Amino acid sequence: MALNASKLAIGDKYEEIVVDDLTRTQLVMYAGASGDYNPLHSDDLYSREVAGYPGVFAHGMLSMGLTGKMLTNYVGDGRLKKFGVRFTNQVWPGDTLTSKATIVDIRNEDDGPVVDLALETVNQDGQTVITGSATARADP
Amino acid sequence: MADSLKMPVEATHIMMFARSIGDDNPIYHDFEAAKASEVGHIIAPPTFPRAVAQFDPNYHLRVKNGEKWFGSGKSPTGLDEPAKSTGGLHAEQHFEYHRHPKPGDVLTVTTRDGKRWEKESKRAGKLMFSETIQEFCDQNGELVVTSRSIGVKTERPVEQG
Repeated sequence: MALNASKLAIGDKYEEIVVDDLTRTQLVMYAGASGDYNPLHSDDLYSREVAGYPGVFAHGMLSMGLTGKMLTNYVGDGRLKKFGVRFTNQVWPGDTLTSKATIVDIRNEDDGPVVDLALETVNQDGQTVITGSATARADP
Repeated sequence: MADSLKMPVEATHIMMFARSIGDDNPIYHDFEAAKASEVGHIIAPPTFPRAVAQFDPNYHLRVKNGEKWFGSGKSPTGLDEPAKSTGGLHAEQHFEYHRHPKPGDVLTVTTRDGKRWEKESKRAGKLMFSETIQEFCDQNGELVVTSRSIGVKTERPVEQG
């Protein structure tokens, strides 16, 4: 399933809840799969007593991966040309995140139509945890 | 990171990675469904290239035999004098895709330093930013993905609220 450029308009939006009540176990799964074993994300004792945080928090790349799930659900598989984010706030166990995409441009590149998207992921308090942008190939 | 690493892309790793980001899309684990899709085969999720950490023998955020680890064991940290800074946090991540990696690819990953700069912040004191660029080329020498990552070291933990 891909986007059809002719059926889209600038300002079109898509959003989904990408995680509901984030678990510490999910952070451990991300550490194992990604290879990033920074104890900030899996070792509560270290995170509190040595690093000075309230506890473990999510890898930025987990937040980006969750945002990417919304993005590929919207633009289709294998369609991304660019995907970039800024991490604006930390994500904590228990958080529920909603990721949103907004079409900011529809244009043609050498290999066909593309859409440019603005991205935002927010937590249950409405606080922005990620802002970003993406470009995806679309069908005509 | 080492200057050049080999990253073999494997279906099991892709499946585990997709689970770890809560993504049940069959394109990441179901061989038959992926074959029947427009793409025609399993591909890796967009943020998968950062799992190159698994293939760096010297990666600093993995426990290694015979080396002290900064996380907890008997004590909250295994180091006698843990760094005052909390180490690095990830500030930005940008990917550019020429195609999406698939099982069977053997990627050669070259890493180089980009820009460095500093900034003052109210929430974490002095921030030291550094940019790292990684190019992922396939077995045919074709560029597959470029990753640009910005890390930040903070003077003190980020204030919450």
